[in-house]
Formats: sequence, structure tokens, C-alpha cells
Amino acid sequence: MKDAQDSYVTPDGRTIGGILMDMRNITLRFGGVEAIKDISFNIREGEIRAIIGPNGAGKSSMLNVISGFYNPQEGEVWFRGAKRPQMKPFQVARHGIARTFQNIALFEGMSVLDNVMTGRLNKMKAGMVSQAIWKGRAEREEVENREAVEKVIDFLEIQAIRKTPVGRLPYGLKKRVELARALAAEPNLLLLDEPMAGMNVEEKEDMSRFILDVNDEFGTTIALIEHDMGVVMDLSDRVVVMDYGRKIGDGSPDEVRNNQEVIDAYLGVAHD
Amino acid sequence: MFYREAGDFKTSYEADNQTFPIAFDRYRYWAVLAVAYLVIPFIINDYWANAIFVPFLIYAIAAIGLNILVGYCGQVSLGTGGFMAVGAYACYKLMTAFPDVNIVLHVILAGGITAIVGAAFGLPSLRIKGFYLAVATLAAQFFLVWLFNKVEWFYNYSASGQINAPERFVAGVPVTGANTAPWAQYLICLVFLTVCAIVARNLTRGTLGRTWMAIRDMDIAAEIIGVNPLRAKLSAFAVSSFFIGVSGALFFAVYLGAVEVGEAFGIQKSFLVLFMIIIGGLGSIFGSFAGAAFLVVLPVALKVIGVDLLGWPTDIVSHLQLVIVGALIMFFLIKEPHGLAQLWRLAKEKLRLWPFPY
Ligand SMILES: Nc1ncnc2c1ncn2[C@@H]1O[C@H](COP(=O)(O)OP(=O)(O)OP(=O)(O)O)[C@@H](O)[C@H]1O
Ligand SMILES: [Mg+2]
Repeated sequence: MKDAQDSYVTPDGRTIGGILMDMRNITLRFGGVEAIKDISFNIREGEIRAIIGPNGAGKSSMLNVISGFYNPQEGEVWFRGAKRPQMKPFQVARHGIARTFQNIALFEGMSVLDNVMTGRLNKMKAGMVSQAIWKGRAEREEVENREAVEKVIDFLEIQAIRKTPVGRLPYGLKKRVELARALAAEPNLLLLDEPMAGMNVEEKEDMSRFILDVNDEFGTTIALIEHDMGVVMDLSDRVVVMDYGRKIGDGSPDEVRNNQEVIDAYLGVAHD
Repeated sequence: MFYREAGDFKTSYEADNQTFPIAFDRYRYWAVLAVAYLVIPFIINDYWANAIFVPFLIYAIAAIGLNILVGYCGQVSLGTGGFMAVGAYACYKLMTAFPDVNIVLHVILAGGITAIVGAAFGLPSLRIKGFYLAVATLAAQFFLVWLFNKVEWFYNYSASGQINAPERFVAGVPVTGANTAPWAQYLICLVFLTVCAIVARNLTRGTLGRTWMAIRDMDIAAEIIGVNPLRAKLSAFAVSSFFIGVSGALFFAVYLGAVEVGEAFGIQKSFLVLFMIIIGGLGSIFGSFAGAAFLVVLPVALKVIGVDLLGWPTDIVSHLQLVIVGALIMFFLIKEPHGLAQLWRLAKEKLRLWPFPY
């Protein structure tokens, strides 16, 4: 989508493309609170981009701007080389952007399978009449999309809990189901808000592996917020550091790690 | 051990998507249909039709409709009586304006008109939720009843202010009017209920149903997967109102024959249908049947046992009925929001393991 010199190949052999999402001078205020102060950064096609920063830095707010929940007072969002008009979250979803939430947002009354199936709602176009008689397009789509969903379920190794109501699952599995729902949409850009929060070491390792595999196998661009520095350094190609709504660092994990302002503001303070 | 799913493996996703994945459930379903269509019409008499079967069939349609809105989409409504009235009056106007058109078509059109009205009254649901939405639908209820009382055009300027169903035929058999046989009343309602239940089941297990349930469970997450809340809620209001409109049309044309709107479709009706789905089970088609059956049979059973058998005074028995319903509503709301349908599911789960509890 951009010229060739824009893209590069990572040491582990993945190709990172041009700029997919470009946030330009974003400022977001809640009443008197400035949650985001004039921040610019971009996300390249195919990369894993981390957003880090202490509590209350404005990381989740940034994802909410990208996914259309908040409209910034100032600044522009550019997507695929064009300025994006103000959008509702469901419209953003239709542009191939999927996400998970910091506090899991699953449909508690539905089974795992139905939750993941909802991820494919945008791909199912059968009319109401066809659905009412369960014939033709509706029936065909149900089977096709079920196949796609089963692949995601296999991929994330949640076959055994397919028919379990989500409300009965432990926390770690819920996080995984939420990822499954996002993946079912086959997004171009996947936003993950603290996908490993509250997990034990093993669960974190599993989740890290899934994130890398998604990026590697499907070429999905990923932006993730994470507090665990080890995970961030291992996973990400580039890191944005936020503090009190400002951007204080942006670059490869090594660059960020050696940035004095980042060390002062973040690594020294909230290294847990 | 006769109720089992072991060895009943599914080899395709179609098979796994069936309404009754367990073979035994399928047989029972066909058995119920066979009795309903092939046995009851031949033995039904006027008492059974009017006291139990016809009201049950019609209320089951209304309960399915309300359950789609409340149980599946999570939007509370107290406007059921008003929407049934829309169906009834639409049917009446159509029957008198186009006497040559088949009554079946009129009932379906009445459902369609109610769907449009319901969607219009569903518009506030985009801004308000829960208790406030309930109050808004309550306003709709009172407004609609007032409207049908006030505007004489709706009852063709009749002196009594009532609407009366003229005689209409299906395949040469009268299904409305004074000469209707009990079995004909029963059968036309049964056909409507069967079709409505199948359609409701299909809609709720597919894309639309998932959209509704997503809105019910968490509207923020629903939006993030691409659900347009406006379309999801309005479609729930429309589909729900369609069924309620059909039930109102049948209630007027086939069951009562003559209707005074405040009496037949007042606020009590809204609560009655709401109680049916709470007792039967929110978010369950089977629960809609169970709740309708329960609340239709309960007063009849109490009367037979209390008044006829035990000789209690009538007012005591009717108060007893209120107490029982009230207690059950509280029990189900607090203990088992999925109602009788869930108790039935739990019983089946036990039965599936029986006689080995592990
Ligand atoms: N809807 C809102 N209304 C008012 N203030 C808000 C809202 N959302 C976020 N804020 C404020 O914006 C600031 C940034 O919050 P945000 O949730 O983006 O931080 P975060 O970096 O994700 O923190 P954490 O690591 O705790 O998740 C905080 O001061 C928060 O109180
Ligand atoms: Mg956050």
C-alpha cells in the first residue's frame, strides 16, 4: 500500500509493510482531565505494536479512540492512507478492526461457540426471511461460518469448552474466548487491551504464543497494551510509551529500554 | 437410561445445529405434534376450547413475541396489551374493508402493521434502558388503548364502541363469527402457533438471535463486533410486535369475537404475558409455551379444585390465585430467571446421568 522502501524485513523474517493506522496529534479530554495530550504515532502493516505506560497514562483511552468509542477533541485518525471521518464502533468493526477489552466483555449468557460465532456477524448477510425458514443462504452461511469458527477454536485450543456457557469459565479461559471472538472476524488490525493481565506464568506463555502465531500465520497487525515488560520486549516490534497522557518514548524495544525519560517515568516506578 | 445422548455423535455441523440434537427429544416433538393435530381436533368440545386450548395457543404466540424482546434482546416492555390491540384493530379494519380477502392473510397483515407500530415505539430504546424503557412502553400501552377508544374510525363508528368479528371462512369452514366450531377455532390457532414457533426458533438460533443476545448481554461488546444497536433493537421490537400483533388479531377475531379495547387489551394483559415469560423462562421458546400453559391452566384448575370440589367461595379462590402467581414471580425472579424451562433442563440433565449420578 506504500512504496517498497517503506517496508522492511525483521530479523525473524516477517515483512513489515507501510503505515496502516496513523494517529496525528490526538488530544482527548474528559471535562477538565486531559487523558491524551497531542500524541502522534503510527502502526505499520504486519507489526506488533505495544503501548505501555503506568496506570492512568491513557493507553486504554487511545485504543478507544482507535475503535471509535471516544472521539478526540483534536487530531486526526488516518487509516489506509485516508483520513477517517467520525465513526461509531460498529462502523470501525466493519473496517476490519477487532479488539478485546481490559475488563473482559463477553456475552455471559451465551455459549463459547455462540460468542465466537458473533465475531462473524459481519460476514453473515442472509436476509430475515431466509433466516426465518432456515433455508438457502441462512443455512449455508451458518455452516460455512461454523467451519471458520471451528478453525479459530482449534487454533486457540478451546475445543473442550465449546458448548459451555461463558459465565461458568475461569478468568484465563474467558480471556482466550474473547481473543477467539476477535479472531473470528479475521481482522486486519487487532487491538488487545492487557491480554495477559491477571494470568499466571503458564497462561501468559500460552497467550504470548497465540499472539505471535496470529501475527505470523495470518499476517494480522496487532496493537497491544501490556504491563509485563518481559512480554512486551519479547513480542513487540515497536513500542509507544505514554505517561500522564503524553508520549515519552517511541521506538524498538531496545531504544525504549535505554531512553532516560522512559526509565525515569516508567521502568523505575511501576516495574512489577 | 432411555434418555441418552451417548453414542449420538454428530458428523456434520448441520446435524449439530438441529433444534433437537438428541434423538429422544425429536421423537417427543413429533409425538406432541401428532397429538395436537391428529387427536385433539376430534375430541375437543366447546368448554375445553374456550377455557384452555384456544387461549393457551394464542397466549403462547404473544409470549413467544414478548420473549424475543425481553428474553432474547433484553428490552423490557409493558406494552404487550397495547400491541395486541393494534393487531386486533388492524385485523378488524382489514376484515371490514376487504371482506373478500382470506382471514389468514388479514391476520398476517395485522402482524405486519403491529411490527411497524412496535418498531416506532421501540425508538426510545436507543436512548433509555431498563426501568425507564419499561415506563416508556407503559406510556405506549395507555396511549394505544386511549387511541382505540377515542378515534371512532377504528371501530367503524359503531354505537357500542366495540368491534365485532364478521363471519369468515377458511376452505369453506367458518373460523370467525358465531357459527365457528370449537375444533376450527383450535386448529387455526394451532397452525399459527406452529408456524410462529418454528420461525421464532429459527430466528433466535441464527445471526439475528445472536445479534439480539449480544445486545442483551453487553451492548458495548456488541458494538465492537459490528452490531448496529439501532438495527438490532428495532428488529427485535418489530419481530416481537409481529407475533404479538398476530396473537391480538386471533384473540379478537377467533377467540372473543367482540372486543372492548380497555377490557380485552388493558394493562393487565401486558402483565399477564410478562408473567408468562418470567415463569416459563426468559430467552426460551419452550419457556414461552410452558408459561402460557401454566397461567392459562392455573385459574381453571383452581376453580375446579377450589370452588367445584372443595366448595370454597369464589373470591377466596381468585385471591389465592393472585398469591400463587405473585409468589411464583418472586421465586423465579430471585432463584431461577430462566424459569420452568431451566427446571426442565436441569431435570433432563439429571435424567441423562440416571441411574449413575457421575
Ligand atoms: N470515560 C471516562 N470519563 C472520564 N475520565 C476517564 C474516562 N476514561 C478514562 N478516563 C481518565 O483518563 C485517564 C486515562 O485512563 P485510561 O483508562 O486510558 O488509562 P490506562 O493507561 O489504560 O490505565 P490502566 O493501566 O490503569 O488501564 C485516567 O485519568 C482516567 O481516569
Ligand atoms: Mg487501561
